Formats: sequence, structure tokens, C-alpha cells
Amino acid sequence: MMLYKLSLKNIRKSFKDYLIYFFTLILGVAIFYVFNALDSQTVLLNVTSSTYDIIELMINILSGVSVFVSFVLGFLIIYASRFLIKRRNKEFGIYLTLGMSKRKISAILFFETLFIGIISLIIGILLGISLSQFMSILVANLFDADMTKFQFVFSSSACIKTLIYFGIMYVLVMIFNTISISKCKLIDLLYGNKRSEKIKFKNPYLCIAVFIVSVIVLAKAYYMVTTGFTELESFQDIFIPIIMGSVSTFFIFWSLSGLILKLVLSIKSVYFKGLNSFVLRQFSSKINTMVWSMSIICLMLFFTICILSSSLSMKNSMTANLDELAPVDLGIMKRVDYDITEVDEGKSLETLNSSVKDSLNALGFDTLEYLSDYVDVNFYSLENLTLKDTFGDKIDEILKQYRFLNFTTREDIMKVEDYNRVAKVYGLEEYSLEDDEYMIIADFDSFVKIRNEALREGVTINIYDRTLKPKYQECKNGFVEMSSNHINSGIILVNGNIVDEESISKNLFLGNYRGKSKDEKRNIENKLTDISTKAQYKDYGTLNFSTRLTIAEASTGLGALVTFIGLYLGIIFLISSAAILALKELSESADNKERFMMIRKLGADEKLIRNALFRQIGIFFATPLILAIIHSIFGIKFCTNILESFGTKGLIPSIIMTTVFLLFIYGGYFILTFESSKNIIKSKSR
Amino acid sequence: MEKLLKIENVEKYYGSRSSLTKALDNISFEVEKGEFVAIMGSSGSGKTTLLNVISTIDKVTSGHIYISGEDITKLKGNALNKFRREELGFIFQDFNLLDTLTAYENVALQLSIQNIGYKEIETRIKKISRELGIENILDKYPYQMSGGQKQRVASLRAIISNPKLVLADEPTGALDSKSAKMLLEKFNYMNESLEATILMVTHDAFTASYASRVIFIKDGKIFNEIRRGDNSRKEFFDKIIDVVTLLGGDLNDAL
Repeated sequence: MMLYKLSLKNIRKSFKDYLIYFFTLILGVAIFYVFNALDSQTVLLNVTSSTYDIIELMINILSGVSVFVSFVLGFLIIYASRFLIKRRNKEFGIYLTLGMSKRKISAILFFETLFIGIISLIIGILLGISLSQFMSILVANLFDADMTKFQFVFSSSACIKTLIYFGIMYVLVMIFNTISISKCKLIDLLYGNKRSEKIKFKNPYLCIAVFIVSVIVLAKAYYMVTTGFTELESFQDIFIPIIMGSVSTFFIFWSLSGLILKLVLSIKSVYFKGLNSFVLRQFSSKINTMVWSMSIICLMLFFTICILSSSLSMKNSMTANLDELAPVDLGIMKRVDYDITEVDEGKSLETLNSSVKDSLNALGFDTLEYLSDYVDVNFYSLENLTLKDTFGDKIDEILKQYRFLNFTTREDIMKVEDYNRVAKVYGLEEYSLEDDEYMIIADFDSFVKIRNEALREGVTINIYDRTLKPKYQECKNGFVEMSSNHINSGIILVNGNIVDEESISKNLFLGNYRGKSKDEKRNIENKLTDISTKAQYKDYGTLNFSTRLTIAEASTGLGALVTFIGLYLGIIFLISSAAILALKELSESADNKERFMMIRKLGADEKLIRNALFRQIGIFFATPLILAIIHSIFGIKFCTNILESFGTKGLIPSIIMTTVFLLFIYGGYFILTFESSKNIIKSKSR
Repeated sequence: MEKLLKIENVEKYYGSRSSLTKALDNISFEVEKGEFVAIMGSSGSGKTTLLNVISTIDKVTSGHIYISGEDITKLKGNALNKFRREELGFIFQDFNLLDTLTAYENVALQLSIQNIGYKEIETRIKKISRELGIENILDKYPYQMSGGQKQRVASLRAIISNPKLVLADEPTGALDSKSAKMLLEKFNYMNESLEATILMVTHDAFTASYASRVIFIKDGKIFNEIRRGDNSRKEFFDKIIDVVTLLGGDLNDAL
């Protein structure tokens, strides 16, 4: 009973010390709850079934991510509680000298962890439940769901899951505490903090050398992921710049204090001004003792910035792309070059090769009744026109550079007149060509780049017994098939006069549903999808549907998935790194207090002291952030390269969003740390 | 002689009404410019409290303290800090050097918080460190120095800004006898050649014997006061011991 009282009093007494720890736990619990409670958002109940599949996928992925997140949080909590134990070494030393057994001290810690655990879980879940309500607004926004049916939501499953996960973490903390208590020696507990810390100073010239080498390695890594991006041959190659970047990050922090000290020391007018020398020395000794933590924090921040900004921009561009990529309600593609050998017994080749429109009508979908307007175009292909053949003499060069491309696929050929009909519907530019001219329509940036290399040289192609020269020296932007991304790798347009109808390969049918509201359109779409259940459906080959509604759902679903995972991981990483910095700073506050008392005795103004403290903590928080931001500039560039096909519109707003998150969470921790430190150094030493 | 420090009926109480401790009980004395005064007393006699109220680290309950005619008990906030950094120099028992800074930087900090330029800082430190014979340890860090060296660095810091009054709190408390002797000789040098006025608190008769005047405090009151006059240090030491004996067993740990 006494132990119980003692631990309760301890918490109350050292509440200020525990504040950051507490704050972190509560945030961790709340965020864990929010993301695990996504499935019970009532707004999600009103979305369509196909969207629901995506949501289910999302929930599954998020719960997988939750396991990872719980590891991160677990490490953070153990790390944090070790700090707090260290701070209280003297207290434990006194208990031991009074004859308390180590087991009893462990029991005190056990009760403390229990109290803190219970309180943080309760507050965290309450906070999580209220944040969850805001989350439903975001969810509704992402899935275009109906917000009028909004209700208060509580997910008992997420609640239980949070309790179990955090329960396990707290048990682990208790075990770790017991171990660390049983290992410690009385002398270290009592006099541990009095041992004058030997300050290790590195050779400044070695530091400068290491720093320069690290910067060069880092620059090389930056080059590899941006300009040298195309030279990466396989997926594994990406680990080389990542490892280079991580190692050089470590060594930059290793050498930073020596370098900065050397630099500023040489500018005496700055170094010997006010408390500058003190602040700088404080900073350099701190950096020296935590090179590892600094590197990890920097990499976590880098990761956070990249995830947040690319996931948010991916989501933005996917939504923005929809009108552009799916300008009509319906697009159906069908092969119409089936061979006689491919016909099943008793079926007709003619039926198999019939156009999309004929197939639809034959299967009972009346195109006149259901569609307000439509376009019907053909694709052609030739054996002697593969991707390889469009590069002319440049083929060797291009083969060497882009080994991963499949160069033997046949190119799609379209009559320019057909394309113009599609372009008219899509609102794209229309073109005209002479008999001896061709042009290429594409919107997949990587392909555009490759094709332009050939077009710039005026490479000619040989088809239909003619030699055609390119009308333009570059690909023109455009597409014919609807999809959720810019993935048109290239269609060759030629004058209709020269095309041999025998070379027909595919038939594309585009149309708009008769109907204005979403529901009307959905009804028609349901009728359309019904035809695939008919018995004769197979006789007409495979109809590839892509409708505006499915594209919209797929892209919002994918967008939402990416957004949620980005937010989840980003916030957790941000909290973890900021919390480690804050705890490290506060754990040294005892030393700092002494130092600031000395300075106060020397007669420094309070303003000067506050300023020094602010700069000290500010530089401490800013250092990993600055390097992380520099990393991120290149990291985001790399992400946009990879995600090129998704489009990267809205990068600026998403970077702004990321900055807001950073300011809020990282800045919040900074201010909290500064205020607590100010309080600690303010109190009189006696 | 000019009165540098004048203490007038100073009282300092600790605790609540029910259990009042009079740390300083109506103390008055004066220190002239260029004097080296030691205040002796056993632990609990109030000598450190006295030093703290003079150094403005603590506030008096009643009474006045004048330094060069200015009543420092009336000072507040930044005026207090300004007074402390410009008019006073401190030497503490535990040195109070910042462990992250070199000796040079520790001394320079005292000047840089007074917004003195780095060139001026450099010339002053060079000059006075040579006079105190510690120019060779200026680039060392506190952990690389002996206690005596640390205290000499602290002394350099205390006089570097030409303070009106140097306050020393048990400066030899953490030193071995050889270092203590060396330090006190530096104090004499500072007092005589650099014209520093020094007020030193100690419970050690040997340390006190280097001063020109010793004030004895017991239970917050002045008990006795003796001047060195023309006596040698040894004779003065014997005189101090006599008073200590008179004071009772409290100061038996004097040697």
C-alpha cells in the first residue's frame, strides 16, 4: 500500500517531467485508434459495393501497417521510459540506501507504469474518438460519400485492439524497467550525475575531411536518384543510393560539431558575442553524444516529408486527372482480329470478330436507347511495325539505354480521321496528315521521352509499302483509351487513305449514357455489366470495359489508401522523432539548470538567457530537420519520377500540407520542450 | 578612504512565523576601497547568507546595502543583473566553470555578456592572465585542470571586468593546502597590485590570515573583528586562532 502511494505521489510530483512522455503516449494511442477505427466510419456504409472492396483492402493494409507502427511506438516508449528512469537515479539510490529492496523499487515503477498506462489509454482513446469524428469528414470527402447521414461513431474493435497493443507495450516497458533496475549499482545511482562528463573533442581537420567526403557521397546519391534515375537497372539498385545517403547522413552528424566549431571559432566577432560561445558548445557536445539518434531522427523526418507530400500529391492528381482521363462515361475495347484457329467449334468467326457496337446490341444492350451519343473507331497493326521499328537507326542506342522495354510488341496504328472523331469528344486537339506523313500520340511521359529521341531525328517508318516521315519532331499529347492514369505509350496516326482494312486489330467504342444523375447513369451501367452474365457472351470475344464510374472509384480508393497510409506513418514518425529530441533535451535539463545558474550568477540578463535557451533548443531541433529537408528535395523528385504515370499535380499544395503537419507536430514538441526547459532553469537552485 | 561597501542593519529571516530562523541578525559593517576582508564563522553562522545578499543572489528581509553609495536592495530585474555583471566579481567554492568551455572561453563569457568586443576581450585576458601566471592553461577544458588551476581561472574571471568588489565564497574549500596557498597569494597580488577589493567568506583560519581584516560572525551577529595591521601573516594567524578559541568549539575544524 505504501508503494502504491509512493508511486502515485511520484507521478504527481514529477508531472512536469512526465508531460512530454504523457503527451506522446496520448497522441500515439489516439492515432492508433483513429486509423484502426476507419472501418466503422458510418459514412463508409453508404458507398457502393465496388468502393467497399477497396475500403476492405485499405483496412487490411492499414492493420498490417499498425503492426509496424506498434513496433515503432514500442521502441519509443521503452526509450522514453529509460530516460525518465535515468532522471530519477538519485531517488532510487536513496530508496536503496534506506534499505528498500530492488524488487520493491521495481514494484514502484510497475505501479507508475500502470497508472500512466491507464491514464494515457483513457485520455488517448477519448481523444481518438473525438478525432475520429473529424476523420469521418475527411473520409466522406475522399470517397464522395453522403455526409448528411453523419452519426457519432465508436469502434469497439479498434478500442480493444488499441488496448491490447498498448497493453503489450506497457508490459514490455515494465519488464525493461525491472531489468534495468536489477542491473544498476548503488554508487552509480547516487553519484551518477556528478561524474564530470569527459568531453570528447574530435580532431577538427579530420571532421572537415569526413564532412567533405560525406557531402560528396551524398551528392552522388542525390545524383543517382534524380538525374541518373534512368541508369538504375533493377529494383535492387535503389538500395545503393539509400545506403549511401544513410551512411553519409551519419557521418555528417559525426563531423558536424567539429566543423561548425572550427568555422565559428574562426569568426571571433561572432563566437565571442553574448552567449554565443556557450550555445555553440552546448550544441556541439550534445550532437557529439547523439550521432546515432540524430541520424535516425533525420532519416525518419526525411521519410515523413516524402511520404506525406507524395501521397497527398498522388491523391490530388488522381482526382484532378479524372475529368481529363475519363471524359466519357463508357469505353469498350475489343479484339477483332481473331484467327480461324481461335474459334471454338460450332461458333462463327464473324460473330467473334464483330464490332463492339454490334456485340452490345446482339447481347441485348440497346445502344440507341441507353446511350446519348457514341463514337466507334478501329485500331490497326502490322507485323513489320513493332516498337523497335519506330526508332530507325537510333535503335542500338535506345536498346542500350532502355533495356527493360519490350521492343517486339506491335504498334497501334489509327487513321487520323478516326482519331479526330475521338479527339472531338474528348476535347483534344485535332490533326491532319498527308499521305506520306505520320505522327505519334502519347501521354506516358517516359515513353514520350524515348519516342521524341527518334522523332527529333526525323526517323521514317515503312508501312503499307510506303515510307512515311514524321510530321512533328515530337509526340503530341493525347490518348484514346480511358484509364485512371496517363499510360498511353503511343499510337501512330496516318492518313486514312493509305490504311489497308485487312490490318484491323481492335475496335473501340466510346459513349455517354443517357441520363443526368449519378443514379441514372449507374442503372445503365448495371444493365451493361449484366450482359457479361449471358450465355452467348463468350461468342463475342472479350469486351474490355472501362467506365468513368469504375475509374473514379478505383482512383478515389487508391488515392484514399495512399493518403491514409501516408498520414498514418507520417504522423507516427513525426511524433517519434520529435519526442526523442524533446526527451533528450529535457533529460539534460538538470545539467543545463546548473549551467544556466552559473551564467545567471555572472550577471546575464534573463532575456539573454531565454534567448540562449531558445537558440540552443531551436538549433537542436532544426539540425536534423534541415538535413531531412535537403534529403527530401531529392527524395520527392525521385518519388515523382517513380509515380510519373500517376501525375504529380498539386505537389505545391501537398508540400504546404506537409509543412503544416510539420509545424503543428514538430513545432508543438519544440514549444513544449522550450517551455518546460524554461521552467526547469527558472527555478532557483537551492 | 572611500567607503566601497556599507552594510546597515541587515536582517534575513528564513522560515515561517512559527519557526523563524534569523540567518542575519542586525548586521552592520563597512568595507573600504582596496581592502581584503575575510568573514569567518562556522557552518550555519550566516556567512554565506551574508555573501548572498551582498551579491544580490538573495534578498534582505530588512536593512540596506550600499555599494559606492548605491542601495542595491532597491535594485530589480535587469538592473540587478547589470549591477551584478558590471560591479561584482564572483569566486565560488566549486569553481562554477562551464564544463563545455575552455578556460579562455569561460573568462571571455563574463565579458561578452557585457557586450565587449572580442579584440578588447583578447587583450584584457592576455594581460591579466600573464599577471596571474595562468596563460599556459587558457586553452584547457575544466576537466583537464587541477582544482587550483580551476580556481585561478575563476579568479581571473572574477576580476577581468574590473569589478568594484570581488566576492569569494570559501575559495579554498575544495583545494589542497598547496593550491590553497598559491591561490591566496594570487588574491594578495590581485588586492595589492590590481587594486581589487575582496570580500571573502571562509571558515578556515589559514585562509583568513591572508586578509587585511577578519570579521567573525556567530549566529547571524558580528562577534568580533580584528585587523592585521603591521603583523606578519603568521602573527595574524595566531591572533585569529585566539578568537576562534574564544568563539568556542564550533570552529574546531579550522585547521
